[in-house]
Amino acid sequence: MKRRKGTSDSLLTKAGGELDDRFKLAGPARVLLNKVFPDHWSFLLGEIALFSFILLLLSGTFLALFFEPSMAHVTYEGAYVPLQGVEMTKAYESALDISFEVRGGLIMRQMHHWATLLFMASILIHMLRIFFTGAFRAPRETNWMIGILLFWVGFFEGFFGYSLPDDGLSGTGLRIMEGMTQSVPFIGPWASAALFGGQFPGTSVISMIYIIHVFIFPLILLGLIVVHVGLVFAQKHTQWPGPGRTEHNVVGFRMFPNYIMKQVGFMLFIWGVIAAMAGLFQINPIWLFGPYEVAVVSSASQPDFYVMYLDGLIRLFPAWEFRVPPYFTLPAVFWPAIAGMGLSVLLPLLYPALERRFTKDRGHHNLLQRPRDNPARTGLGVMVVVFWVIGTVSGGNDVFAEKFHISLNAMTWAGRIGIVVLPIIAYYVTYRICLGLQQHDREVLAHGLETGILMRDPNGRFYEVHQPLAEPDEHGHTELEYNGWVVPKKMNRVGALEPADKGFFKSIEEPSDNGGASRDEIESGKH
Amino acid sequence: MTAHNDSAHGAAERETVDLSDPKLTRLEVFKEGLRRDDIEIIHYEPRFAKPGTKAEKRMERIVGGLFLLSGLSATLFVAAYIFWPWEYEGPSTWRDPQTWYTPILGVTLGLALLLFAVGVLTWAKKLLPIEELVQDRHDGGSSAEDRRIAEATVDGLVEDMGLKRRPFLVKAALLGAAPLGLAAVAPLGALLKDPGDMLTVTGWNAEKYNGGEPIRLMHKDGALIRPDMVSVGGQITAFPAIDHGASNEFPTAPILLIHLRDDDATILHGNLYPMYQEVDALWGNFVAYSKICTHVGCPTSLYEQQSQRLLCPCHQSQFNVVDNAAPVFGPATRHLPILPLSVDDEGYFIATSDFLVPPGPAFWNRPSLPEEDEK
Repeated sequence: MKRRKGTSDSLLTKAGGELDDRFKLAGPARVLLNKVFPDHWSFLLGEIALFSFILLLLSGTFLALFFEPSMAHVTYEGAYVPLQGVEMTKAYESALDISFEVRGGLIMRQMHHWATLLFMASILIHMLRIFFTGAFRAPRETNWMIGILLFWVGFFEGFFGYSLPDDGLSGTGLRIMEGMTQSVPFIGPWASAALFGGQFPGTSVISMIYIIHVFIFPLILLGLIVVHVGLVFAQKHTQWPGPGRTEHNVVGFRMFPNYIMKQVGFMLFIWGVIAAMAGLFQINPIWLFGPYEVAVVSSASQPDFYVMYLDGLIRLFPAWEFRVPPYFTLPAVFWPAIAGMGLSVLLPLLYPALERRFTKDRGHHNLLQRPRDNPARTGLGVMVVVFWVIGTVSGGNDVFAEKFHISLNAMTWAGRIGIVVLPIIAYYVTYRICLGLQQHDREVLAHGLETGILMRDPNGRFYEVHQPLAEPDEHGHTELEYNGWVVPKKMNRVGALEPADKGFFKSIEEPSDNGGASRDEIESGKH
Repeated sequence: MTAHNDSAHGAAERETVDLSDPKLTRLEVFKEGLRRDDIEIIHYEPRFAKPGTKAEKRMERIVGGLFLLSGLSATLFVAAYIFWPWEYEGPSTWRDPQTWYTPILGVTLGLALLLFAVGVLTWAKKLLPIEELVQDRHDGGSSAEDRRIAEATVDGLVEDMGLKRRPFLVKAALLGAAPLGLAAVAPLGALLKDPGDMLTVTGWNAEKYNGGEPIRLMHKDGALIRPDMVSVGGQITAFPAIDHGASNEFPTAPILLIHLRDDDATILHGNLYPMYQEVDALWGNFVAYSKICTHVGCPTSLYEQQSQRLLCPCHQSQFNVVDNAAPVFGPATRHLPILPLSVDDEGYFIATSDFLVPPGPAFWNRPSLPEEDEK
């Protein structure tokens, strides 16, 4: 071993030389290795989606080895006793076989499903981060739009995925999709017949959505993700304002080794969490639902969470059908399902352009904004979030009604009124909170930190001692400019009171003297 | 002057390094690389000021231990995957080993990944040098020179192809390409199918499915239904007694056959739409409603006897059983069509005709009778 040590450097050099001779790598490799990335925990939310996606490809490939996307009829003779002798489609039978008769099949199925939920959830949270911090502004509008497309392709990819097993629950979902498709004026019945190869449910829809689910959409997702990540790389990441950070630089650490090690660690972490969830938490127990039959449904038929807001909108929308008898009918479901979904795609896509138009802000922005510094946008965002949450809760309003003993009709009416009124209230409240937070920041910059120390002057007046952040003028004021970043609000954020040092059983460092002399100064109330 | 230009100048002003100088240290060469990528080091120090201290050794042991534990857990995963009994043998209790197969796989694989993850992250956060660097963004498009060159190149290209001088060619190309694009997507037309009468004719259509003979009602298992099989106040799901009548081949056929109490039946008789009165759609106190919700097609399978309502569990549309199953709450806008009922010579229920209006979700050209629009 020792003998080799001396030559390992030169081995690396030699290998590098051979590679460079062929691929001319030295220059590009240096640029890549040294690229500087800014660091903040919120920049990692999108990574969760990326890593979940990789796991989806892997677990999905395993499932595809055993799944048969066929609607041919078979009689179940498998291991699961309660369904033995039941007529079902081959798709459902093979999904049951994956759960019961393929070694490790169940954990793979559950891994695939949990990873999907994490994929969609992290896309949503990542989208909120981008929105509320203004990261979508020029020059990154394209990437925002790609992100929105990723969400919607993922939405249908997920919906098609849980439709594939052809169990009782997924058939119900397809039935609702059929009703929605039918509602489109003029082309509805034709579109539905094309989708289902004639009358719902037909015998072809599973194989059609299978090829979409395992080939077409993953390919689109993969392509979009490559461009999405590539653009983040090429346009360089946004960063929070802070000391030394400008619109024209990136402050952080190098891609190698720091960034890449954190990425690898984070990826394994996400995978570990999903693997543990897949083993410990049951999801979508299709064997309990039985095969899909048009006349059978149970209460608590909910789609996956990312589809629930749409289902909620469908539940809440009043029974408003537009008719011109006997020629034309516009079913009520058209508005929440088709128009609602259309707007949910279109408005987010156009938002960066709309904001540019209304604010007349044509500049490039590489520094992020704190949500409080743009109250109108933050208010709008919270408005959408509230709308979405009410829609999602309403998507499960029968479950809420049952579990909390609320009248189902009261739940529906609360949702109907709430989804109109609450977003408006949310906008106003958010706007005011933003202004309040801004004001407090300015106050601290002007007067200093609240120390929590109460003093009494000779006249008997009580006052709180403030610790100014800079040398104050004779009135105790400081002229500090707000630079868009966190203003310290607690003493220990400016180092006056150092946090207790770390160590598991005993301290690994010499204990600090908690500020020492400077602490005396604070407590003496000199300000 | 923007900060951008300032820092660019700053980089240029720093003296260039002669890389052929053999006395250069590794660090100096590395820094020259940074300089070429417009990167400056703000802060760079080893995590441990003195190499080989107790604290550093301790951190190394922790990271190494995490990797080894991860490997152990992964080994356990593989061993469990191969050797742990996994085959499903019917209902089992926690004492049966196969109950634990999936949880054990999840825990061992999860732990293996998490331990390795924490190991790598600890390495990055506790052992790598502390560094802060700043790099120029070069944001905001190419230089004026580059743009000019690109413009000239593209202009030349347009000129070479004669796009401006040969408008006929451009137009002809577009005119040719449009049908070509159409030809590319035309094969998708194979998916198109005339919906025909699929939305208006159901399995109860005697002409189409039973040679004109009235179709009997049957249970899912094929047993025919007589009036004495449904108790007063009770309801059953029924299907047309034809080949595959209870299968998904007839998705709009399922009905809910309800045996009303006398007073409820009287109310329904009084409320019945004229179109149903004309065909005498009820038989005694029995009524048969389409089970397919007129909203988006879920089965309206929850029957509330107390309030005489049918509820669709998908979107909570509610229908009044004693008023033609007209919608009383929720998003549905139309009543559940009634299947005209009778009983044949042998005492079995039959449908005297198909539904008078199409059951199931609405569509743009859905035929409707005026009675529906009154409600």
